[in-house]
This record gives sequence, C-alpha cells and structure tokens, in this order.
Amino acid sequence: MLQEDHPLLFEIGSEGLCAVSLSESDVPAVKGTGAIPSELLADEPPPLPEVGELDLVRHYKRLAQRCFSIDANFYPLGSCTMKYNPRVNERVAAMPGFANLHPYQGEEDVQGILELLYRLRCDLAEIAGLAETTLQPAAGAHGEMTGLMVINAYHASRGEHRPKVLAPDTAHGTNPASCAICGRESISIRSKSDGRVDLDDLRVKVDEETAAFMITNPNTVGVFDEQIADIAEIVHARGAQLYLDGANMNAILGVTRPGDFGVDCMHFNTHKTFSTPHGGGGPGAGPVAVAEHLREFLPVPQVIRRDDGSFGWSSDRPGSIGKVRSFYGQIGVLVRAYAYIRALGCDGLRDVADKAVLAANYLAARLKDRYPVPFPPPYAHEFVTVPEFGDSGVSDVDIAKRLIDYGIHPPTMSFPIHHCLMIEPTETESLATLDRFVRVMIEIADEVERDPEVVRTAPHTTPVKRLDEVLASRKPDVRWKKT
Amino acid sequence: MRYTQFADDEVARALGTIGVDSIESLFSLIPEALRFRGSLNIPSGLSEPELLEDATTLTARNRDCDQLVCFLGAGAYDHFIPTVVDALSGQTEFLTAYTPYQAEASQGILQLFYEFQTMICMLTGMDVANASLYEVGSAAAEAVLMAKGITRRREVIVAESVHPDTRRVLDTYLHSQDMEILAVPAPDGVVDERALSGALGDSTAAVLLQTPNLFGCIERLDRIVPVVHDCGALAVVSTDPIACGVLKPPGAFDVDIVVGEGQALGIPLQYGGPYLGLLAGREKFLRKMPGRVVGSTKDTEGRRGFCLALQTREQHIKRERATSNICTNQGLMAVRAAVYMAAMGRRGITEVATQCLDKAHYAAARIAELDGYELCFSAPFFKEFAVRTSRGVGAALAACRDRGILGGVPLARFDERWSDRFLVAVTERRSKVQIDNLVAALDSV
Repeated sequence: MLQEDHPLLFEIGSEGLCAVSLSESDVPAVKGTGAIPSELLADEPPPLPEVGELDLVRHYKRLAQRCFSIDANFYPLGSCTMKYNPRVNERVAAMPGFANLHPYQGEEDVQGILELLYRLRCDLAEIAGLAETTLQPAAGAHGEMTGLMVINAYHASRGEHRPKVLAPDTAHGTNPASCAICGRESISIRSKSDGRVDLDDLRVKVDEETAAFMITNPNTVGVFDEQIADIAEIVHARGAQLYLDGANMNAILGVTRPGDFGVDCMHFNTHKTFSTPHGGGGPGAGPVAVAEHLREFLPVPQVIRRDDGSFGWSSDRPGSIGKVRSFYGQIGVLVRAYAYIRALGCDGLRDVADKAVLAANYLAARLKDRYPVPFPPPYAHEFVTVPEFGDSGVSDVDIAKRLIDYGIHPPTMSFPIHHCLMIEPTETESLATLDRFVRVMIEIADEVERDPEVVRTAPHTTPVKRLDEVLASRKPDVRWKKT
Repeated sequence: MRYTQFADDEVARALGTIGVDSIESLFSLIPEALRFRGSLNIPSGLSEPELLEDATTLTARNRDCDQLVCFLGAGAYDHFIPTVVDALSGQTEFLTAYTPYQAEASQGILQLFYEFQTMICMLTGMDVANASLYEVGSAAAEAVLMAKGITRRREVIVAESVHPDTRRVLDTYLHSQDMEILAVPAPDGVVDERALSGALGDSTAAVLLQTPNLFGCIERLDRIVPVVHDCGALAVVSTDPIACGVLKPPGAFDVDIVVGEGQALGIPLQYGGPYLGLLAGREKFLRKMPGRVVGSTKDTEGRRGFCLALQTREQHIKRERATSNICTNQGLMAVRAAVYMAAMGRRGITEVATQCLDKAHYAAARIAELDGYELCFSAPFFKEFAVRTSRGVGAALAACRDRGILGGVPLARFDERWSDRFLVAVTERRSKVQIDNLVAALDSV
C-alpha cells in the first residue's frame, strides 16, 4: 500500500454526522424554563468532529496499524519489562462484576472485588518480604512519591526533619523528580566502574539529614549489587531508610525478597512485573510495600478483612499520609495483576525470574562479539551494550531506528550510560525470537560496515521518516485549529 | 510454565551458549544469606479455566451496575458507553504499545493523543491540553503546583464544594510543599463568594473550584473569575467534560487552568479506576504544564508527523529541578475518551449533556414533591443534586436497594454533619420509568 498522509479526525466527516444513536429523551426539557440562567448555558455546541460510524472505525483502525505493540513486535526495551500481556487478564478485567462497579456502592455489594484486592495486597507483601502493601498509587513514579511521603512521615513522627534523599547516578530519572515533589533535596551517589554503588561515596554522603537511599537492585545496568547488605547497614546506621525502586523485580521474583535484603519501602510496577498492559503510556499501577515500622503511615483507605471474615475499607490510621489519588486506586489494572499472579502461582513467579535472566544472559553471550558489554556476566534480566562503530558516523540512535525497519522495537537508549543500548528481552519470548534479534543486530552491524548511510537514515519502512523533535518543542503545535 | 516459551532442550542450548550449567548459577551474584529458600506463600498456579472460575466466584459476590439501577455519582458516573469505544480502544496495537518515545514506530497513538488534546480543548474552551494525568484528584494537585510555579505565591484557596477526595489528595501533595491551603465554605451549595473575596490576597497563587461541584451545583464562574484575577491569582477549575455539552465551558469564563475527571467519556466505572485526569490551560502556560504533551512536526521529507513535545520539562531531563514526577499518561483511558468524543461528536455530546440535565431535573422535581424530602440547595445544578430527608437516609437508600436501585451517595460519607443528606446523580442512561421507580422507593419508607 502506498504511504500517504493519514488525515486528522478534524479533516474527515461532514456536518450533522454522528457515530452513536442515543435513545430519545422521555422527560420534559429544562432549557427555556429558566432553571439554568442563560449566562451559564453554552451559546453553541462544542465544536467536536462529526464523523459517521464506518469512517470512525477506519480512522482508528488505521491509527492502530501505525503502532508497534507487543502483540506484533519484539520489544527488548530495557527497564520497561515489555512482557506478553495475557489475553485472559483482559477477559477477567472486563467482567461486569469487576468493570461495572461504582466506587460508592455499599461494601455488602462489592465483597468480591474487596476480597480480590485484599488477596493482592497480601500477595505483594509476600513477594516483597515486607509487612504491608498499599494498592493506591497510580503508577511507578506515583508509588515512589507515596513511599517517600511515608518515609518522611516516619521521620517526622520521631521528631526528625531529614531533607535529603540519596540515589545512585544510574537511578531512573523519576527518583530525583519524586524527591523534588516531596520537597526533598536529591543527592547523587557515584557508581563504580563495575556499575556497583561506590560505598565510600555513600558513607561520606549519608548522614543524619538523610531521609532515604533509593536504590534499584538489580540496578539499571542489569547487575545485582551484591553489596546490598552492606548498603542497608550503612544507611540504617544513620537512621535513614532503604527504598527500593521495584522496576527490576522481574529478575528476582521468588529468588530473593527486598525485605530480606534490608529494604524498608518499595514500589512495584504492575505494568512491568505483573504483565498489565502499557497501553501506550498507561494506566499503570504502583503498589507500595513497607516494613512493619512504616505501616502506620500508609495511605488510607486500606482494604481490610474484618474479624467476621467480611472485607471493607478502613481509614483508621491516624499517622497516615492521607490520600494520593481519588477513590481507591487503578482497580482495573490491579485486577489484571491479580489474575497474573493467580495464573502463575508461587512456582510460576519463580520461573519468570529464571527465564527472564536466562534470556538476557543468552542475548548478551550471543551479541558480545559485535556489541561490547562493558560489565562482566552474569547479568540479571537486562544488560547494556555500548556499540562501537569507529568512524562510520553511526550512533546508538541509528541502530535503534534501523531496528524499526526490521520490525523490532529499539532498546532503551543512552540510559544509564551515554550512547548505550539497554536490552531486556523478558521471559515471555521464545528462543526463536531471541535468535532472530541476534541475526538482525549482526546484520545491522554488517550494514554499518557495508552501507552506513542506510543505517544513518533509518527508518525507511515507517509512515514517516525521522521527525524534527526540536521543531516540536521550539514551535509547539499541540492542537489542531480550524484555518 | 504459563507464558514462557522455552522448551527444555532450548534451556539447555541457551545455557550451553552462555557457558554455564544451570540457571541457578546465573544468580550467583546474590549472596546466599540473602536468598529466599522455600516457596512463596502464594497458591500454586491456576489453569485458564480455573482462573476464570476463581474470577467468576469473586464477581458473583459483587452486584454490578448492570444488575442494579445506578443513581450514584460524586465523581464517577454511569454513562452509556458506545460499542465502538470498547471495540476500537481494545485494539491490541493500542493496548500493548509502550509509551511512544520511538515516534516513527508510534505515529498512530501519537496522532490519537494529538487529537485527544484537541478535543479536550474543544470541550473545555481552553487553548492547550496535555495527553492526560492519572485522575482528577492528582490532576488538581498538579494544577495547583503549576500555579505556584507560575505565580511564585504560596497560598491556595479551595472551595468546600470541591470533591473531598480532590481536597484530600491536594492536602497530601501540599504537605511536602511550602504551601498553605485556605478553605472557603459553601453553605448554600456553591462557594460563598463574599468569603472567597475576603480570603483572596497578595499571596494567593490559585483558587480551586469545581463546577458542577460536589453537590452538582454550577459555580458562578462569570462572577468569581474576575475577582480572582483582580488579585493576580489563577483560577483553577475542575469540571465534568460532559457538562461542557450544554453549559458554557470554563474557557468561556477566562479560567486559567482546567482540570477534570474524564471517566464520563467512555470509561467504565471499574470501582474507581483507572480513570482519566484532564488538564488544560492557557497557551502561555504550555511550558509549565505537567505530563505528556504530543506535538505535530515534520519528518526529514517534510511530511506531517507527531512526537512527544517539550520533553525538556520532564523529569528525565531536569531530574532534580523537576516540579512534577509524572512520566506517563493514562494512555489507554485517553484512547477511550478520544474514541468516545469522536463517536459522540458535536451533536452526540450535546444530546448526552441535555438528557442528563433534563432527567436530573425531572428526578429532582419528583423527589422534592415527596413528603419528608427536599432539595438541599436552590442553586442551578447539572446532572446531580443533594436531597435532605427527614425519613432517614439509611432507611431511604435501603428501600431503594431492596428494589434493585442504588438510590444515591450518603453525604455523611464525606462529612458527618450531613447525615440527613444524600446525592442523586442522573445520567442520560436513566429512563423516566427508572426515575419513577426511584421516587416510589424513596416514598416507601
């Protein structure tokens, strides 16, 4: 099919069209009665598009066809854990008995969903090796913010004000941003050349003003930092808390538990570890698990099991930080996470870690001759490579864009090391897919030697070529306007 | 095992390639003392039929809004969702896509978000909108932080007619910030304009209002916004996008930042989430807006294309200097809302809004005719209204529930002083017969 500019919604349709048929109203009209003062009524209807049903369907079908997705493409996107999103989870979440509940129904009418949330809350605490979980945070970054607020409340309850939060220089960008939104200063801790935390730098910087040290372990270069027990000891000796960014939980499910290696507080990303769909950027969910001494500060309301065996919400927690979002949480997402954990069970969860780590180490072993890996094996569920293409003028971005031509989503680029590719295959890919990825990567390396221009100007098979992202920010055009 | 695809001989082959003899040895960096030995206290995995059975057993203990007739609102509404919304938003190219960092591989969803932003502007009457936030509570908190950044002032005035969850989330966010919250009462169902004027001052960064508000009443933005602007503060207004189908949108009143709960735009109730936080503002605030924004641009051959714009505002560049840590949107919920708005279009959204208005007023008039029931407020309202009863809220709502009707949200849930009041929401989905049944049920106690 010829590639052509796909029209905007606002460039199709005709006046008077509508893709929905609504029932006629069977009550008297209010307009004209004066019940609403005329100055509060709209002068004219909002200028939304007017499109018939078939053209509407085609519009969104064509938009869908212009997207990479896990269902169609391999997505070795480091730190994002782009695993298969099981179909059955969608079926479960769409059941009317979950999807069609109003948040203010009486507890007696929603015992099933409450029990599900209670079980999930307990399962996540078990996986974390911690005392209690809140399901309220809406995303990973929201979980970080919630966790830091809990930690701040803990320190405040002891009469301490601790304005600083430490994080390694390889931390996810959300870590310092979450500190900022909690009114805390973020301080960077050096990483050593082997990717581990520099304990000397940590010892120097952690003090009585430190609220927490935020760590990702396995870390963002894909290595489990075996110094973690020492790190916990250094942090705790100064009264600070150890926070775990749970982005990389896929690598340690059932192998080791954060609570067992000294973590006081952590967030999960259900859209990474527990297979809930990324949905083009959301919705996710960021449950937060805490150790015993932090429980009293968790958000309210909390789902509980009462003495009579019934389930309900409790706000009886005087030390709570309060609410971090409206209602109770991203329930539809949490239902999917529950379905995933039930389907896998204890052994299946452990198998996830086994296969995720196996797949990453396999790819690293097969690629390392053409794509240098700066850190020695074994790796966790991901690894970084820093491509070296001499004076070919080819960059990590070019490799990434060329992968798109082969139908493979690019790895994460230039994080946490400049010009690196961070590769995370996940446990759900077959060996055949991993082998194809290796062939493609080697083919691209060959192309760099043979015909670097084809790589430098990639992608060639997409609806558009490389886009001017500078223009999009310098002269922002963020909405269509009638001309 | 479920969802993994390594055959046993493939595991052996992979291990051979790596040069180790067991998967276990790949975990050698984890010190033995820290290893979890044993089995997680989580039941064994379920087959697909068993999983569906488990889910069905749980759902059997819920009574959902298809089984019951729903007059509950207070921020979540039982609107009709056209079939095309489920069908088109359910396309797995949208469902299983990642955040569109790789623009060339994500043109479809980027264009969709650009169209979403445009339609939110069209509805609210604002200049620019982002690609969505989590839900209305945190969106309002983000908007107040944005106003703080713009005005460099440190007080926010909040009307007590704003949804209590929104107010509580704002409390939580501002607790860590150097900011004060002043509450202004709403004794007559809308904010007390005189008290609001009295509270405004040189240090007011923003006034946060909601219209239609918690009680369903319409705030007088025409009178309030000029007063807010007179003291150099920003007017931040939380709204119901459906109301914009019949009421003058916030943008028509010169509001500075609009937030809103987008659940009504084709998103199922889902027991409170995931929903859709809306945020729109003036053009000049574009670079101060939190969250994802998609822009139109050109490719190397001059063709129109779309990409994430203004990423310099985002945490992954600014890090320590960030004023928001949001690094996602509610992607799939924005997809649902976009398809809903496009499917409804100009006529459909007006029809939905008008029917909400008409049916709510019919219901209010019928209920007010009953002995022992009266409307709490005389202020104009949209699709929801507060009722006071001398017959006992608990007994009245229990009588409704006995007849399969969710009759309303007791206002005592939010404030114990309101123990004789409840809120009734009436969407376009409710029929005259259903409303009459509600009225009969209320009259039966």
